[in-house]
Amino acid sequence: MMRALHDRLKALFPLGELTEQRPDLAFLTVPREHLRSILLHLRDLEGFSHLVLLTAVDWLEEGDFQLTYLLSNRGKAVDLGLRVMIPRDGASMDSIHDIWPTAATYQRELREMFGIQFPDSPGVNDDFILEGWIDMPPYRRDFDTKAFSAATFKEREGRMTTDPEQHMKQQLYPDGA
Amino acid sequence: MSYTPDRSQYPAKKADGTLDIDLTSGKYLKLWHGPNHPGITGNMSVELTVCGDEVVDAKTHVGYLHRGFEKLMERRSFIQVFPIVCRVCVPEPDFNEYCYAAAVEELAGIKVPPLADWIRTLILEMGRVNSYMMYLGGQAGAFGLGVIGQWTTYVRDLMLDRFEELTGARIYHMFILPGGVRDTLPDGFAGRMEETLREIESTLKDVYDVMFCNAVFKKRSVGVGYIDPALMDAYGVTGPNARAGGVAKDVRRDQPYLVYNELDFEPVVGKDSDIYTRADVRRRDVTMSVDLIRQILAKMPKDGPVMAVTPNVLHWKIPRGETYIRGECSRGEYGYYLVTDGSGFPRRINVRGPSYTHAVALLERMIVNLNISDVAGLMVSLHTYPPEIER
Repeated sequence: MMRALHDRLKALFPLGELTEQRPDLAFLTVPREHLRSILLHLRDLEGFSHLVLLTAVDWLEEGDFQLTYLLSNRGKAVDLGLRVMIPRDGASMDSIHDIWPTAATYQRELREMFGIQFPDSPGVNDDFILEGWIDMPPYRRDFDTKAFSAATFKEREGRMTTDPEQHMKQQLYPDGA
Repeated sequence: MSYTPDRSQYPAKKADGTLDIDLTSGKYLKLWHGPNHPGITGNMSVELTVCGDEVVDAKTHVGYLHRGFEKLMERRSFIQVFPIVCRVCVPEPDFNEYCYAAAVEELAGIKVPPLADWIRTLILEMGRVNSYMMYLGGQAGAFGLGVIGQWTTYVRDLMLDRFEELTGARIYHMFILPGGVRDTLPDGFAGRMEETLREIESTLKDVYDVMFCNAVFKKRSVGVGYIDPALMDAYGVTGPNARAGGVAKDVRRDQPYLVYNELDFEPVVGKDSDIYTRADVRRRDVTMSVDLIRQILAKMPKDGPVMAVTPNVLHWKIPRGETYIRGECSRGEYGYYLVTDGSGFPRRINVRGPSYTHAVALLERMIVNLNISDVAGLMVSLHTYPPEIER
């Protein structure tokens, strides 16, 4: 079924790699400039009317963000994930809030957590989860949470770590016997 | 006297379509509903702009509970992620465990023993009953029926006893792990579960009489908080919120997972799409879950392995791939999107909680034109849990 859908799409749009994960789930790489047309085609003509999620994967080593638009055809109980690769540097993507209003929330989060810009998405620059955040977007792979904590928060005085084996030895044999 | 909102006089709109609200005019007032408010569902708040007692604008604020789960998981091995996932949703943690475990198993090519699938289904249905019991108490409480919450908390506690007996824990069970479940059912579990189920059924009858037949509850919930079925797909509405509007979609039936294709049930559907119908759909869903638990206990294999052979968890690497696993939790579609890159750590885990779509875009739209006193009732009727939004 997913193969037949792929063939129908291929006749209309240039497509990338297809991964058939399960009979009811496939992932398809699509060119960025055709994403909008493909989304509208899938929503209006193929029954993929439910936007399940929109999220990003940071492929730091390859210098790309993968945006995943997961769509569901609830009538036929099949899902299709569209993968769009965009460069990490100056990451920016077209908004789809006019196709699914709920996408505005996902895009607002992606702007905050990954630093991907979605110009024209309503309220996209408003703080969502992190109020007053000025550091690097924290869900990028190169954001070091440990270094951030060490630089931001003060180590509480009087804290010490004890090796359990040495501690018990000290408790049981205080004389060192 | 009925309440009929009229937005023809206010607020005016600017040329760019945004509302022209001048807070210095004395006509409008900002009101923070939460995060510390008995009518709010968890740690979130809604910034209301009101004119008189009518809401004219609303903005959801989340982030009070952000612990960076998805980031934490990227720095943990696959087994180290397992105790973290359940924390994403307190009242119904088991869906996180199931979705995560199923995603790992699919990408790692692990086949789970049949008995483990039955026990997983049992746990998910027990968790669903618990979640609905919290909801019923909250929904009644939002309209001033405080006693319902006491009754439902009592029967929820009985179900927590069964959880404790089965898993050793009451809230975060950490029982469903990649490869299967931790143990089989204890001796005599089915009998004690039957006693609990009877107590739940008896309480539900009382809840029906006192809550659903109550004139005050009906007056305040019938026709209030209407979700137009045409908006369901646009706003990603799933679960009881969609079913109450006549959209008969239930992942358990449409894309059966675990052993749901061996159980006999039909999705509970309503038609009026208001607060009352959503509450009624959930009440009937509890009855269905009680029936499903009975079916599971009667049909499940009596013995067999509950854990598949998994690789050494300290050196467990999963080939590059991606998948999405979904389930029908008490609030709608719950899902895990897992991406692996061949290393010993997940590349990305994205949790798709139903509250993400229900409590932000949808709530902000529905709350406009509502009376302040109905805001709490509306929020509870969408059955939202904030940690799913800011995971």
